Amino acid sequence: MRKLTYAEAIREAIAEEMRQNKKVFCIGEDIGIEKGFGGAFGVTQGLSEEFGHQRILDTPIAEAGIAGVAIGAAIMGMRPIADVQYGDFIFIAMDQLINNAAKLRYLSKGKIKIPLVMRIPVGVSGRGTQHAQSLESLFAHIPGLKVVCPSTPYDAKGLLKSAIRDDNPVMFFEHKLLYGAKGRKEALDVSMDVPKEEYLIPLGEADIKREGKDITVVGLLKTVHTALAAAKILKKEGIELEVIDPRTLVPLDEETILKSVKKTGRLIVIQEDNLFSGWGAEIVSLITEKAFDYLDAPPKRIGPPATPVPFAPVMEKYYLPDKKNLIKEIKKIIG
Amino acid sequence: MIEKTKISSDKLIGMYTTMVRIRQFEDRVYLLFLGGEMPGTIHLYQGQEAVAAGVCANLRREDLITSTHRPHGHAIAKGISLRSMMAELFAKKTGCCEAKGGSMHMGDMDVGMLPAIAIVGGGIPVATGLALALKMMRSDRVVVSFFGDGAVNTGAFHEAINMGAIWNLPIVYVCENNLYAASTHISKVMKIKDIKERASSYGIAAKVADGNDIFSVYEAAKEAITRAREGKGPTLLECKTYRRGGHSRSDACRYRFKEEEKVWLAKDPILKARKKLVQIGVLTEESARKIEEKVKKEIEGAIEYARKSPSPEPEDALVNVFAEDRK
Repeated sequence: MRKLTYAEAIREAIAEEMRQNKKVFCIGEDIGIEKGFGGAFGVTQGLSEEFGHQRILDTPIAEAGIAGVAIGAAIMGMRPIADVQYGDFIFIAMDQLINNAAKLRYLSKGKIKIPLVMRIPVGVSGRGTQHAQSLESLFAHIPGLKVVCPSTPYDAKGLLKSAIRDDNPVMFFEHKLLYGAKGRKEALDVSMDVPKEEYLIPLGEADIKREGKDITVVGLLKTVHTALAAAKILKKEGIELEVIDPRTLVPLDEETILKSVKKTGRLIVIQEDNLFSGWGAEIVSLITEKAFDYLDAPPKRIGPPATPVPFAPVMEKYYLPDKKNLIKEIKKIIG
Repeated sequence: MIEKTKISSDKLIGMYTTMVRIRQFEDRVYLLFLGGEMPGTIHLYQGQEAVAAGVCANLRREDLITSTHRPHGHAIAKGISLRSMMAELFAKKTGCCEAKGGSMHMGDMDVGMLPAIAIVGGGIPVATGLALALKMMRSDRVVVSFFGDGAVNTGAFHEAINMGAIWNLPIVYVCENNLYAASTHISKVMKIKDIKERASSYGIAAKVADGNDIFSVYEAAKEAITRAREGKGPTLLECKTYRRGGHSRSDACRYRFKEEEKVWLAKDPILKARKKLVQIGVLTEESARKIEEKVKKEIEGAIEYARKSPSPEPEDALVNVFAEDRK
């Protein structure tokens, strides 16, 4: 085994799938330029050397064009992996993704398949309002799109390979602070052993990142790591967190979450996109509708307020839920 | 003046029949809508028949088109059956979109037409992507993207056509300039006279055709489609035309100038084609009438088929959201 960063794991997934299937190609801004960036976060670095510029296809800055062209190519049986640098830029492509990617199959008697992967970097990382948003709840609301949110290099690789092989449009969210960039003090080091041998993680299977008996904590992307950090601290006080990572919001693995809450009797959700109408509300609804009788305490969500992401480090810190907030709320619930 | 033409008689009769089919279909559908027999809304194509017929006459079945909220003409010209179109309008299970789409989303992948995309400009990037895939697969198939004058002011048009240009894709961008985006006259939203001028900023070929003249459209489309098929890149083909009716079902066109209407309505593409085809001896008054009668029967047959077709089950709504969905 060797350790891979999140970015390296994603790159390896892309390369493996491109080697196996000629239909797979990457399309996006700054992804294959010689001596260029390899995408905004270096994920596609080196790929154009192996696969050439026809398959690592650089585009103008034109997100609606990128998404639309990728949709069209997917309809013809290609398997595009599209990239728009920061997730915040994808709003320009919303018409293509929501009106076309999510609906053309429905309108075609099922004759159209759209095997598109849209890679979408999200999350707060010190860059202010328009390079920071979390979009997973927003996309999870659109019927016809799958929503994948890996928190670790292992998950990122296995899920991305499944996403590329999936016959549906998949919105693949990557957290910027997980990539493994050197020299950003706020970045997390989540590098880990990732097998060289091929493996796939099916879309729709949650992962129990840590077993525990006292309370179920559901996190996604970076907040999985916040939950795991809190678990380490609370263990010393004899409180055992069960940390669940749904890994995909669409499809959602309801069973794993229900089973956990039925065991612990308590639920807290920690999310990085703001709470109102967010994915955490969906988890809480699930539990109140299907496991109400098992609850020993009201379910709880923590997450940002309904404001844009502020720039000042002090405000950004206030905005985000951290392990201290999480520990405080857990203690309130457990009493 | 009688001009000679190199277009074969069969081709000419085929295109004329297509135009008549579109006109009669739309006229009949309008009445059915007014009679309250069909749900939804409609955007009719009368007046623009020469564009769909003239362009699609140059396409093969396996070539692809994308269309707009006004798709009936393109659908008929690309070869979707009148029965499945009529059934779609009647919201029946036998419709070309199994009643999931209605008027604005006509399409059938079996004849190379994507479900029509009813967001103005929204189909142009998708069409460009179809063409990118065809190029990657080294296919000699081509794509035609139909859109209106309103679409050329959208960002999607600009982003997509530029990509078509830089990658030299096998696509023809066909703009049907009918002078109005809903009720807004083109002069209010564009400073240039010909939409064709836009092409020069992308470095691609361009042409203006008389969209009410089947000969003009056919020849211009032939040149553009041949260019695309030979790998010589996209063309912006502007077809100047006019819709004979309103933007949608409830539009009485009060915003149009009477003089302008008079001029354009006198240029009926079907009467014009009929006259010329009789002049050059491709049609006779009698053979033209026979075509009209044959088409009338087809359409009445389609209506009967649609009326008799079953409605979808309510739960059919749940099928085909995802590739895994099965009933």
